[in-house]
Amino acid sequence: MTSKVIVEKNAYHDSVTLMSLSGKLLAKDGVEEAVVSMATEMNKSLLGNISLLTEEAEQATENDLIIAVKADTDETVEQVLRLVDEALHARKEHKSGNGVKSVKTLPAAIDALPEANMAVISVPGEYAAKEAKQALNQGLHVMLFSDNVTIEAERELKLLGQEKGLLVMGPDCGTAIINQVGLCFANQINQGGIGIVAASGTGLQEVSVQIDRLGYGITQAIGTGGRDLHQDIGGIMMLEGMRALADDDATDVIVLISKPPAKPVQDKILNEIKKVTKPVVVGFLDGDREAIEAVGATFAPTLIDAARQAVSLVDPTATISSELDQAAIDWVEQVTHNLTAQQRYVRGLFCGGTLTSEALSIMRARGLQVKSNVAKKAEEKIDNLSLSVGHTLLDMGDDDFTKGKPHPMIEPALRNERLLIEAQDPETAVLLLDFELGYGSHDDPVGESIEVIKQAKQQAIDAGRYLPIVAYLCGTETDKQDYRKQEQKLKEAGVYVASSNEMASRLACMIANKEVAK
Amino acid sequence: MSRIDQIFQQRLQVINIGAAKFKEDLDLQNIDSIQYDWRPPAGGNPQLIEALDWLQNHEQIEMANQEAIKRIKDAHPYLVDIEPAVKVIPGMHAKKILHSGPPITWENMCGPAKGAIIGALIYEGLADNEQEAARLAESGEIEFAPANEHSAVGPMAGIISPSMPVHVVENRTHGNKAYCTVNEGLGKVLRFGANSEDVITRLKWIETVFAPALKAALQQSNGIDLKSITSQALHMGDECHNRNKASTSLFYREIIDYFLQTDLDKSDLRQVIEFIKNNEHYYLNLSMPACKSALDAAHGIPYSTVVTTMARNGVEFGIRVSGLDQKTWFTAPANFVKGLFFPGYSEADAAPDLGDSTITETMGIGGFAMGGSPAIVQFVGGEVEDAIDYSEQMYQITVGENSNYSIPALNFRGGAYGIDIRKVVDTNILPVINTGMAHKEAGIGQVGAGIVHPPFACFEQALLTFAAKYRGEQNE
Repeated sequence: MTSKVIVEKNAYHDSVTLMSLSGKLLAKDGVEEAVVSMATEMNKSLLGNISLLTEEAEQATENDLIIAVKADTDETVEQVLRLVDEALHARKEHKSGNGVKSVKTLPAAIDALPEANMAVISVPGEYAAKEAKQALNQGLHVMLFSDNVTIEAERELKLLGQEKGLLVMGPDCGTAIINQVGLCFANQINQGGIGIVAASGTGLQEVSVQIDRLGYGITQAIGTGGRDLHQDIGGIMMLEGMRALADDDATDVIVLISKPPAKPVQDKILNEIKKVTKPVVVGFLDGDREAIEAVGATFAPTLIDAARQAVSLVDPTATISSELDQAAIDWVEQVTHNLTAQQRYVRGLFCGGTLTSEALSIMRARGLQVKSNVAKKAEEKIDNLSLSVGHTLLDMGDDDFTKGKPHPMIEPALRNERLLIEAQDPETAVLLLDFELGYGSHDDPVGESIEVIKQAKQQAIDAGRYLPIVAYLCGTETDKQDYRKQEQKLKEAGVYVASSNEMASRLACMIANKEVAK
Repeated sequence: MSRIDQIFQQRLQVINIGAAKFKEDLDLQNIDSIQYDWRPPAGGNPQLIEALDWLQNHEQIEMANQEAIKRIKDAHPYLVDIEPAVKVIPGMHAKKILHSGPPITWENMCGPAKGAIIGALIYEGLADNEQEAARLAESGEIEFAPANEHSAVGPMAGIISPSMPVHVVENRTHGNKAYCTVNEGLGKVLRFGANSEDVITRLKWIETVFAPALKAALQQSNGIDLKSITSQALHMGDECHNRNKASTSLFYREIIDYFLQTDLDKSDLRQVIEFIKNNEHYYLNLSMPACKSALDAAHGIPYSTVVTTMARNGVEFGIRVSGLDQKTWFTAPANFVKGLFFPGYSEADAAPDLGDSTITETMGIGGFAMGGSPAIVQFVGGEVEDAIDYSEQMYQITVGENSNYSIPALNFRGGAYGIDIRKVVDTNILPVINTGMAHKEAGIGQVGAGIVHPPFACFEQALLTFAAKYRGEQNE
């Protein structure tokens, strides 16, 4: 084992670029550790944990770049360093579509694009609020992808946005579609009459994807950030978003997506719904049906249900079936016969947080006792993140797994290690996986995992078992990754590709329960 | 007040702040967008960020800075006279030698500065040879001081000794004066630390033949308008720091008739005008005091965060700020210049950044105006596009645009001027300087030219001191 640590002074790169680069390097043969990061205190302590914090690295400041590699041979180390150089150098040369190079300040950006109306902000959380405030003061709508913004700052920003009549989507907002333009993590969705306001990124993705699959479309999909319905924020952005969609002539039906909010916030939202003359679907996962229906809104307990309800409100003649198709039933029947008695549990490894929550809700409704790191109920909370027991659903994009690493939607390979572990467990009856397509996501998410999936299946066979895998591809036919090709790769590896996260979850339940649908 | 739903009727145009990946996906969707390569303000230093928060959007500071740039722009420098330093420079005396950059002691000076001081002591007749001169310099008998603290500036070593004739530049708007020696030309010259006999002989000639002739010519004139020459030269490919071809020619055109009006001996006259004609950097030593007279006028405005001095002594880089005391320098080790070397020289031969000529960048010309001076790009390395980028970037760290000094290549936009320490710290963008490089050993001369930046630390210290001073005052 050999290692090398280099500090480049005054060479700032954004963390998304660096983390996905680190992810790519780690995936290379012979590489034990590879960290390319700015020398923040957190990154330095992460380096310390893997014994790569040299004295020079310790002295480095937030504007300095650290490249640390540990690998089997000097040659591999040099190879990695060359890759880093190429990746970061190419980035510098990058010029924008209209020929204007990148700029270094907000005034310069406005000079270069005087008609700008939206700022997408993905800077480290501690600085994000300041950038967002400046953007709002310049009259720009804001999509704030950054997380780790204090709740006080969030409130201040949202009040400022409210005063100025500007969107403040976020902090921690992963997805939005404004005027058919996908921002950050978003799918290519048909245009239509449904307007969405969502406090969840993958929740928004799934609802919009399912609407698209039903042959309908959306006007706008406004993200609010996960904390908007927190009591301290009071749903400012969801209320503003709903009002904007109520005023928007193109929007016929409004869909709200969130985890169930605290009672006072829910009351505020429901109160506002009363004033809206358009139909409203409230998709509060595991929410309060009675209260919602009492204000004349339609309640949807799951994401798929929100999409279906919205479509049937837009077009009452739409044919919507929640039945499983025969092919799926046949497949379940066939694989169930191949399971050993010991194979009893669903193991779900998700990239999408709200997809994990939806799966949990669906499995619970079918009587399964599930543990998960997204659970809110005490009895469902997972004890040990690194050990799955019984039915387990893991959101691999949660902070628990992503500290100093890219999100698995950007770098799906980071899920592979856990995938093999779950596959080796003789109690695993079925693996449940999601893959997100669309803008922001990896260019070939299935390709990053497919070899490992094949390996997992083979290992099971070698151990005298059969391992069924159900996957869901959250994406549309027009997404940039080519849905059909992604699907094909999974099918060829013997993975069952479900048409929704809900269907994938239901199939997994059926397999684990060894039930054969009538 | 706008309403959120109004954006639904507009074409989306996006500023992407941070992860460039999101911008790539906007390009895929054919959306107009611009990438803002964000960096942590103030290098992520919490103490600086806290100070910045207090200093930004501060009305008194904004007003003071507007006043500072108004003074800089309004200043109208004329060359009015040439006189021995000791006669005109305030505080100058027979045993005092001025040098470039922030204060420094003899032991700590760089090679070229020491060489030039030795030359100056021999020239003054205070020493007969190098050893004697060095001993005298060490003895403590000679007082050394920064030219910048004496309304004066000097290129490279920037040595001004009592008998040296200095151009007297008068800022007729504000009434203050600035001083600078006569440029000796290229090759073996005092400002690069050369002190051989021919150097001393030339200095003597300047004192005894050239200066009286120029004085006589200037007496015929009503002063030579330097603001006008600089302004025109900027439209003729000069940036008036490293390229002075056009400005020297313009000066020559202005002064020549006044020379002819004097009753000077014809052969002296021919030598004098040939000296100007053959030295294409003649105007540097007029450009610099012209800038100096404008910036001195803008010094001492309470609450102003505008930089009024940037100067280097070959060891340290120093800046001064309008709203802080005149004697308060913020210094850090000078950087090495990056650029092209003359044949036979390499980086190992160069002294660190040296000279007061950065007064031109402080004024908003020199490196700041490089976009209008494509010819200089060849000299310092890089491409014309880089030069334009540099000039454009400087708008991010300055208070205003000087329409008197406009840049043709930027559609005649007024040059960026009035460096604001807050903006430098906030954006991490440093002023850009183009400059010559001196050999680290005395007397060898220029080894190349290139681009250099001040150390960031100068601006950090200035910002903290500034915040401490004015917050203290407000709390009283």
